[in-house]
Amino acid sequence: MARKLLLTHIDVPGINTFEVYRQKGGYRAVEKVLKTLTPEDVVEEVKKSGLRGRGGAGFPTGMKWSFLAKPEGVPRYLVCNADESEPGTFKDRYLMTHIPHALIEGMIVSSFALGANTSYIYVRGEMMPQIRILERAITEAKNAGFLGKNILGSGYDLELYVQPGGGAYICGEETALLESLEGKRGNPRIKPPFPAISGLYNCPTVVNNVESIAATVPIINDGGEEYAKIGVERSTGTKLISAGGNLNKPGVYEIELGLPVEEFIYSDEYCGGIANGKYLKAVVGGGSSVPILPANLIMKTLKGESRLMTYESLADGGFQSGTMLGSGGFIAFDEDQCIVKNTWNFTRFYHHESCGQCSPCREGTGWMEKVLHKIEHGQGTFNDIDLLVDVAKKIEGNTICPLGDAAAWPVASAIRHFRDEFEWHVTNGQEAQMRNYGLAHYADPLEPVI
Amino acid sequence: MLNVKHNEPVEFTEEMLGKFAEIVARYPEGRQKSALLPILHEVQAKQGWLSVPAMDKVAEYLQLEPIEVYEVASFYTMFFRQPRGKYVLEICRTGPCCLVGAERIMKHIESKLDVREGEVTPDGQFSWRGVECLAACGYGPVLQIGPEYTFYENLTEEKIDKLINELRNKAEGRALTAES
Repeated sequence: MARKLLLTHIDVPGINTFEVYRQKGGYRAVEKVLKTLTPEDVVEEVKKSGLRGRGGAGFPTGMKWSFLAKPEGVPRYLVCNADESEPGTFKDRYLMTHIPHALIEGMIVSSFALGANTSYIYVRGEMMPQIRILERAITEAKNAGFLGKNILGSGYDLELYVQPGGGAYICGEETALLESLEGKRGNPRIKPPFPAISGLYNCPTVVNNVESIAATVPIINDGGEEYAKIGVERSTGTKLISAGGNLNKPGVYEIELGLPVEEFIYSDEYCGGIANGKYLKAVVGGGSSVPILPANLIMKTLKGESRLMTYESLADGGFQSGTMLGSGGFIAFDEDQCIVKNTWNFTRFYHHESCGQCSPCREGTGWMEKVLHKIEHGQGTFNDIDLLVDVAKKIEGNTICPLGDAAAWPVASAIRHFRDEFEWHVTNGQEAQMRNYGLAHYADPLEPVI
Repeated sequence: MLNVKHNEPVEFTEEMLGKFAEIVARYPEGRQKSALLPILHEVQAKQGWLSVPAMDKVAEYLQLEPIEVYEVASFYTMFFRQPRGKYVLEICRTGPCCLVGAERIMKHIESKLDVREGEVTPDGQFSWRGVECLAACGYGPVLQIGPEYTFYENLTEEKIDKLINELRNKAEGRALTAES
């Protein structure tokens, strides 16, 4: 059995309540930091743990924390990014629903480390039930003396609030999130200045993902070095993976980083193989924004090494033959799925979610959506395929925030790896309306093993 | 688009004003604009949608220009600027849910309610629309119903029939109580 750090007590009845969470050792990390550690010690432990941002970017959390400016007399803020909206990703919803106190405890530990006395959890507006759950958990923690003034007699004060979003994917981008938290449209800000210097209300601010913040709890309890022993190379610790698509057992799994992709898909401990006895065609390994890979390339790198669930291994081969761990949104496509249709669907998503600030993204996503719609409906030409590649290239790197890249990569990678399927839609427009292309030849002849 | 024809004045109840004050207290002094999204959610939950008078009233309460409220209400997809059905079925239409049959579910809802996407049933009870990823990809197809955003997972045609029937009964039950 793999080690679990976040979901250890997921099956314990009532673990969503303060009482049971406390009985199971909850809030020990808060006691430890407030009674025995300085804020610098906490930052040091998180640095030692090697924890990398779990929202998608994978930037080392401890390093991000150490960039926080600390001018005299200016408040500092911690904002938790719970605007989980990346297609394929649903781990934060799961954690907040079932073990809300893991996030609250992590917020207290992290806020103490950063010297924040007011912190916000920005939750996407559609997660109203989770907002209620978190609000209840905050009240429970406050009643038990873990929030408010002079927590556990340490002299440290912390108020924690939940802020609802309004249904905008872009608010998962940290500066758009801060704009939204200030009551504005979610238009990303130009960086620099980075939020660590000038964030919420122009004050130094750290924005961290739900899972990153929750991970500070086991890091403090067991020590950063212990945490760093789990995993491979610079991918330390455990990661929540949201598994969706055509799998026998979709759901949220906590894995030790370094687990082979093949084992994750086919073993009974995890996804249990492809649903309905079908073959695997392709995988989007880290949320809709990361490059899609055909089955053979997700299992093995071009060098023939077994692909592992780590930041490095999934990125092996760059964008030519690799992808990214991203937010851990793992989407499996079976042999009956149409790559062109899915690419069109994802592109429509990005067009819909583009904030409209930068022309390459606002216009480019719209054009890609139109051209893909045309190809999917049997009206495309070979030039259209090249046009898509061209538009994607012109969006990438030319926008204020990474939404442009996130929109361009799925299109570029789908054409890179499944060009024959796009061409088949052009040459066999009528037929493409009636049936799917099926397994790409390079995805065959992988056997469903284990 | 804003609904400029609807000019019915809006009054906030004491209860709502109490809630608003509680929200504003979460932010530093002078940063009451941060309360805009939570307050718009409260108003929409009570009134079903955001009319221009309602938004103007929020602007007045938060000491903002009306445009600051309009531009926020029009940016975020959760805010309705037109009247909707009492129950708005919002079905996830993004990739992962489509892999497991979201389009089939949307077609079924369309035929069951007999209105097109975004329209309101003649009795004023139902609307439906496709929305982007609801972060529940492992339990697809999924839909949500505001204002509490109750979640329905692993949808099938049978589950949709049952849900719509239940909501219809509930709506009729309420109408009877109101008359008596």
